[in-house]
Amino acid sequence: MSTTRASARPRRGGGIRRGEARAGYLFIAPAVIIAAVFLLIPIALAFWVSLSDWNGFQSPLNPRVNFVGADNYAAITTEDGLAQRNFGRAVRNNLYYVLLVVPLQTALSLFLAVQVNRAVLKGRGFFRTAFYFPSVTSSVAIVIVFQFLFLGTGAVNQVLRAFGAQGPNWLNDSRGVLHIVYGAFGADTAPSALADGGALGISWWEWLAGPSVAMTVLIILAIFTTSGTFMLLFLAALQNIGSEIDEAALMDGAKPLRKFFSITLPMLRPTLFTVLTLGLIGSWQVFDQIYVLGGGASILTPAYLSYETSFNEFRWGQGAAIAFILFVFIIVLTLLQRWILRERSPKKRGFAQRAAARNLSEGGIR
Amino acid sequence: MKASQWTALGLTGALAVTLAACAPNGEGNGGDGGTGGNGASGGDSLSILIASSGPAEAGYYQEAAARFTEQTGTEVEIVVANDLIQQLGQGFAGNNPPDLFYLPWDQFETYASQGFLEPYAGELANAGDFLPALVEQFSYQDEFYCAPKDFSTLGLQINTEAWEAAGLTDADVPTTWDDLATVAASLTDGDQVGLSMGREYARVGVFMNQAGGQLVDGDTVTADTADNAAGLEYLQGLIADGSLVFPPDLEAGWGGEAFGLGRAAMVVEGPWINGAMANDFPDREFISVELPAGPGGPSTYSFATCWGMPIDSDTRDSAMEFVEFVTTPEEQLLAAEAFGVIPSTSAGADSYASQFPENAAFVAGVDYAVSPVAFAGAAAAVSEFNTELENIANASPSALLASLQTNLQSALDSARG
Repeated sequence: MSTTRASARPRRGGGIRRGEARAGYLFIAPAVIIAAVFLLIPIALAFWVSLSDWNGFQSPLNPRVNFVGADNYAAITTEDGLAQRNFGRAVRNNLYYVLLVVPLQTALSLFLAVQVNRAVLKGRGFFRTAFYFPSVTSSVAIVIVFQFLFLGTGAVNQVLRAFGAQGPNWLNDSRGVLHIVYGAFGADTAPSALADGGALGISWWEWLAGPSVAMTVLIILAIFTTSGTFMLLFLAALQNIGSEIDEAALMDGAKPLRKFFSITLPMLRPTLFTVLTLGLIGSWQVFDQIYVLGGGASILTPAYLSYETSFNEFRWGQGAAIAFILFVFIIVLTLLQRWILRERSPKKRGFAQRAAARNLSEGGIR
Repeated sequence: MKASQWTALGLTGALAVTLAACAPNGEGNGGDGGTGGNGASGGDSLSILIASSGPAEAGYYQEAAARFTEQTGTEVEIVVANDLIQQLGQGFAGNNPPDLFYLPWDQFETYASQGFLEPYAGELANAGDFLPALVEQFSYQDEFYCAPKDFSTLGLQINTEAWEAAGLTDADVPTTWDDLATVAASLTDGDQVGLSMGREYARVGVFMNQAGGQLVDGDTVTADTADNAAGLEYLQGLIADGSLVFPPDLEAGWGGEAFGLGRAAMVVEGPWINGAMANDFPDREFISVELPAGPGGPSTYSFATCWGMPIDSDTRDSAMEFVEFVTTPEEQLLAAEAFGVIPSTSAGADSYASQFPENAAFVAGVDYAVSPVAFAGAAAAVSEFNTELENIANASPSALLASLQTNLQSALDSARG
């Protein structure tokens, strides 16, 4: 094979590497075509749909479809109306979801990984499997189990009752958690400063509502199901940290907590970035849980709203516009997070870290 | 140089392939998702998408399709949808819709106004046999589009055991709002509330209509009228008395479940309650009566499904034959026996009422039933209203209706726009 190619090459004339570029393109052609057919063209088509009034009948490129400019984007962002309010609600719900899910799932999965990584732990295999189990189970099945657990008379409330607390009717409770907290301090209704202004069609008071009680259940669910996967990533990274580093820290007299925050965690930075990024993307796209529960204002998310707007109301343009705005959100937040987690030069580090680094290197020399 | 030519060629090829796949090919060939009918051959076979309430419904259509094939020679493939609306959306977007499909009342106007539907129903041989209320429900801009398959109306279900325990007799069956409030109060005790129903427009709206209100009058939305407010105020009175509690607060998924569990002595549901009780709560004894009349007279909602046909269908004639076949009184009664729906033709509905006297109240309701608001785009306004109804106990009716008025009017404007 290679000999025929080698002998064929000079016939076309030119240098000895003349035909290589062409062969190279030929080799990557399948991948390029697949990427084009399944990624580039659908994205371009979706972008066109978001600028058009396509109603879902026949191809989006048929002649009856009109270009409407940024109308679809305007309808959900700047024009007063239901579409804007629903989008605002969806963003609000999902924002609280991300704010709670991403840090908590990262912290929990790191904690679990550290625990199951300890050599002294008996039955490590069992715990690793047990923690990973929710991740391999279908999220739809887990939602249904949670639906039963979080019934008004469900197991969770029974347990709460045993401790004398009266649990809410979880999935049917649309009150914002923070609103409940404000209410406990006597702030039941919106102060006029918060009730009047607002963004995306909902007032500041509504923005400050926090996740609804129903959303809280989904937040718990997400943390429960995804922390196993991320635990695995952290575990792999932890096992890459050589034991000599641990020993060096031990020799320097670092206590376990100090060792964790000054040595283990900085060495996990690349994994941390991966986990945070995957978590951020996944939690902005939360859909299946909402779909199984049938939607509703208190658990609406942009991904579900996009689906509902497209398939049930035939406003495919608006649905695609929501998807693109979501896409931009995710990109911006990922870049922001990348910037926050960037490798800093030692000079810019905090005093404690600098001291730790100095101790470490001096310890190493000594 | 050469390299960029190769790239250009590759990309152009990929683009051409994809665009060709996207372009309308003019030949609707069967349904989507493995249905595999060959509609292109011109009507020898039909692919029909249904949404089945259970094995009985799908089974009936399989048998009916076999009888139809025997009679006409047209092959019929019945496809049961998991998610009807989503599968229809995919079918239409891919220019590959089924030859005939279930179309629920709440989607009909959206489909018709978007130009998805073939207005075939007026040309059916038995077009004059359908109940007038249903013909109106499935007409868009005065054209009868879509043959009604069957319908349901709302009635009042009474748990007879609780009824007798409360010392009530047949003479006490409520016919007015005051009667309803009285019996609901006397049925309420301890773990049981007098009345329950879904906290949604499709139930609450009936009371607004009974008060003489309506949501849309021609091109104007009339949601914020005093009549509509009176309907909500009546319900608020029942809530304040403790005799109306909504299913989520009774630990039930819907009214029927609250009724079956004995947590509500009366509910407002349709004929589907029979099947639900038979399946889940076979011991529950109950009767269905017509809804009591409000100050504006009697009113109920009719919910119907029709046989939708995609526009410019190749299989128009054989699909129409199938619709005529399944809407004959004989077939409709077989369907009613199999899964308990009320026939959509006058003759069928009459024989149904005599054959199933326990459901006579639902058939009687069709005389004054109206269709819930379902114009294109109304769904979002209605679901917003449903969300706001969570506060029905405390909110002022005029505030609830004012926001419905705004949302519905802007939806109507863009629908008629």
